[in-house]
Amino acid sequence: MNSNVAALNKLQTLVVIGNGMVGHHCVEQLIEKGALEHYRIHVFSEEPMRAYDRVHLSEYFTGRDAESLALGDAALYQRSGVTLHLGVPVVDIDRAGRQVVTADGNTAYDKLILATGSYPFVPPVEGAEGDSRLVYRTLEDLDAIRAAASNARRGVVVGGGLLGLEAANALKSLGLEAHVVEFAPRLMPVQLDEMGGLALKAQIERLGVGVHLSRATQSISAGEAYRYRMNFANELFLETDLIVFSAGIRAQDALARQCALEIGPRGGAVIDNHCLTSDPSIYAIGECASWNGSLFGLVAPGYQMARNVAAQLCNEVAEPFMGADMSTKLKLLGVDVGSIGDAQGSTPGSRSYQFIDETTASYRRLVVDASGKHVIGAVLVGDNSYYDTLLQYAQNAIALPAEPAALILPSSEGAPTLGPGALPQSATLCSCHNVTKGAVCSAIDSGCTDLGVLKTQTKAGTGCGGCASLLKQVFEHELTARGVSVDKSLCEHFAYTRQELYALVRVEGVISFEELLAKHGRGHTGCDICKPAVGNILASCWNQPIMDASLVPLQDTNDTFMANMQKNGTYSVVPRIPGGEITADKLIAIGVVAKKYDLYTKITGGQRIDLFGAQLHELPDIWAELIAAGFETGHAYGKSTRTVKSCVGSTWCRYGVQDSVQMALTLEDRYKGLRSPHKLKFAVSGCTRECAEAQSKDVGVIATEKGWNLYIAGNGGMRPRHAELFATDLDDDTLIRYIDRFLMFYIRTADKLQRTSVWRESLDGGLDYLKDVIIHDSLGLGAELEAQMQWVVDRYECEWANALQDPEKLKRFRTFVNDKRPDPDIHFVQERGQRRPIMAAELNLIPVTEETV
Amino acid sequence: MSPLNTQRVQALNDTDAWQTVCAQQDLVSNSGVVVWLDGAQVALFYLPGAEGKTLYAIDNHDPQSGANVIGRGLVGSIKGDLVVASPIYKQHFRLEDGTCLEYPQQRLRVWPVRLNGDAVEVSVY
Repeated sequence: MNSNVAALNKLQTLVVIGNGMVGHHCVEQLIEKGALEHYRIHVFSEEPMRAYDRVHLSEYFTGRDAESLALGDAALYQRSGVTLHLGVPVVDIDRAGRQVVTADGNTAYDKLILATGSYPFVPPVEGAEGDSRLVYRTLEDLDAIRAAASNARRGVVVGGGLLGLEAANALKSLGLEAHVVEFAPRLMPVQLDEMGGLALKAQIERLGVGVHLSRATQSISAGEAYRYRMNFANELFLETDLIVFSAGIRAQDALARQCALEIGPRGGAVIDNHCLTSDPSIYAIGECASWNGSLFGLVAPGYQMARNVAAQLCNEVAEPFMGADMSTKLKLLGVDVGSIGDAQGSTPGSRSYQFIDETTASYRRLVVDASGKHVIGAVLVGDNSYYDTLLQYAQNAIALPAEPAALILPSSEGAPTLGPGALPQSATLCSCHNVTKGAVCSAIDSGCTDLGVLKTQTKAGTGCGGCASLLKQVFEHELTARGVSVDKSLCEHFAYTRQELYALVRVEGVISFEELLAKHGRGHTGCDICKPAVGNILASCWNQPIMDASLVPLQDTNDTFMANMQKNGTYSVVPRIPGGEITADKLIAIGVVAKKYDLYTKITGGQRIDLFGAQLHELPDIWAELIAAGFETGHAYGKSTRTVKSCVGSTWCRYGVQDSVQMALTLEDRYKGLRSPHKLKFAVSGCTRECAEAQSKDVGVIATEKGWNLYIAGNGGMRPRHAELFATDLDDDTLIRYIDRFLMFYIRTADKLQRTSVWRESLDGGLDYLKDVIIHDSLGLGAELEAQMQWVVDRYECEWANALQDPEKLKRFRTFVNDKRPDPDIHFVQERGQRRPIMAAELNLIPVTEETV
Repeated sequence: MSPLNTQRVQALNDTDAWQTVCAQQDLVSNSGVVVWLDGAQVALFYLPGAEGKTLYAIDNHDPQSGANVIGRGLVGSIKGDLVVASPIYKQHFRLEDGTCLEYPQQRLRVWPVRLNGDAVEVSVY
């Protein structure tokens, strides 16, 4: 008996009708959960192209093509067991015969999923046809709008809801004068209250979009100045060249009605908590489904239903669908709009706090329950930075602070965020191991007072490690709350923080680890926490060559060997390419070195070239050749200045207003070799288009007509943070003076391995305080910080050039001190024309011993 | 001429056989170097200022990463034990007996080692 054959015979047929966002998500989930072991899947789509992103539809007019809007990978539908029938509408469902009927024939099903979505509702208006009866739903609709717009000057959208405003944005991006006509007395009547609607109207009008409220279109006739005239009550009218109707959506339930499934009061196939319709073989998900009398026109609830059905069909435990939170935040015509829970304040007894700023047309409303203790709703217009915190309050029923209004009032600190104390017990801290704040608290309550022990016990922070900082904050906060004093010592050898050690080193002029340990530490040896930290402080203060005998034992391997260790023990090498500018000769020189030593070559995000796979003993030879070709070390291995990225600037670019490359070279030359608590990245953009992405860097510089704008404390990586505008229209000298002060102040006061972004957030007084210190010199430190920076700048030398001149230092660059052979355990394989480290699974393919017969 | 060719094997007592692996000036104070010992890779750590033993020999192979990198780790003390931290995943091994503080199942081989005049000698047993 062949069990494989038996399994194949048991495959059932699953038919999915509709390949919109929700239908596609369902197929994706099904395949991921292994549905192809049980089902052959047939997907039928009325539209001629596979699922695409309807949420970002308006980008179709600003350069995105249909393919780039497509969702997921086309290969999903090419694997065996999945068939996508594009442009093949299902015309009937034969429930008795369990088959779907199309023009191409019939397909039998065992299970059927309806994901037919919705269609735009067009109210019956006399005279609406052709270009005066356009809709905004599919890519074909957009093509029709684009065709109508080609000879048009003005376009009108009927409907001032979410989709209507999206459509108005689309008309605007087609270059038309756009107008919105809304039947209700305010914009977005479902999500906003009256004041919110007014604020949004004011903002949108400022953008040049006409807003006409309380207008019902009675008929459409021929216009005089424009093609059409829309006639409203009281002889009012508006002329236009095209009209897009976006007055709401209706569930696309034609098939469901035809085959007599139960239909909800507002349309849509009625579903239960398992998304089953009145026929137990048929599910309905997304906008075509009616749950508890409600339709869900957002993508998130649709996805929730899709996941639920996919889990059921794969015999997994599925969380029942119990309705969905309709809170949303979006950008409409570039204006932030947010709506949470009971935005209108219609819950009996509820009360509101409101903030109105007429100068910027910003509006925020906080709705609290009758007890005044919990947030039940909110409206935001103009600034969504308040949204996440308010949503946490609403969803987790977090008790309000003493001054609830503070949650929506402007503050120089930016929008309020929840501290570790305010997070609910249910908040997930570590998502890899699903550890909640409650789990951390109960570990503490059962006696855990050590972060390392906590990690072992709960596994928190042992997955990707991305939660380490939050975990530490919560842990220390909870310990403090329980009256346990939190030990902030660097390690068992120093009972000081990094900042305190920095002050001791600088004030007492300490120049070696041994001296600091003898004066202020414990023991004779130190450890792998305090040694690199002190080595880094010494380098920041005195900038001695890191290969000096007393400093070598302090460094992590990357600093010791001035290269970046990779997983197989080999190193990568990054020569400095200031500002990303490089001559053809230097490119060739890098190529020659890479070829000679067979190094894997990759372009970095910082506009440099990384050469991988060098063994320890090869590093001096590689560097001798690179230095001979005019390169310097790139410090890719250090907690130090990495790169200054730049765009090409005014020398070549038709938009550039300053020479960004020259400024990048000046900055990189000044700060190269600067050691700091963590790595430092810079960028300079030559105009406001910001091609160098300066706003994601520790120090970002953007050219203006009059000089330079300085941004600070941005971060890419694990936890991206937008840099903050620090000073505007600076001349070259002032710019460099501010950067000098900023960096030295950071080096002086930051914690070990703390990036500028986290340091900036931890500063009492925030950005204003930092401006006071740096710009207004409130601490009287300015001259001192500049002098310290100048000291470091003056003592710069290329560490590799220094090491190569000293045979004593080169002694360390030997794989074996008693043998010339390379490490025999390092193996490579070829991939895409270069070599890469062999993987453990491939190792056994290498014959280790001769086979004997 | 390779140092291997000059190695001397001496029988000091019934069980130990001392073998010269390198010279004292090949060592780096408070840090590690690696020697090739008949197919084994031995990391030598030299701590001239330490109380008690100043020289340790421990396997260069890091069981967690599978790479030969222990000799490039940072030396330190944790709760009284001298340790080396693997430079890849940072777990700590006791120089004295090769046990791993974080994962007891990882244990590195250690060798008896000594300075004999200018020569560094490892016992192959």
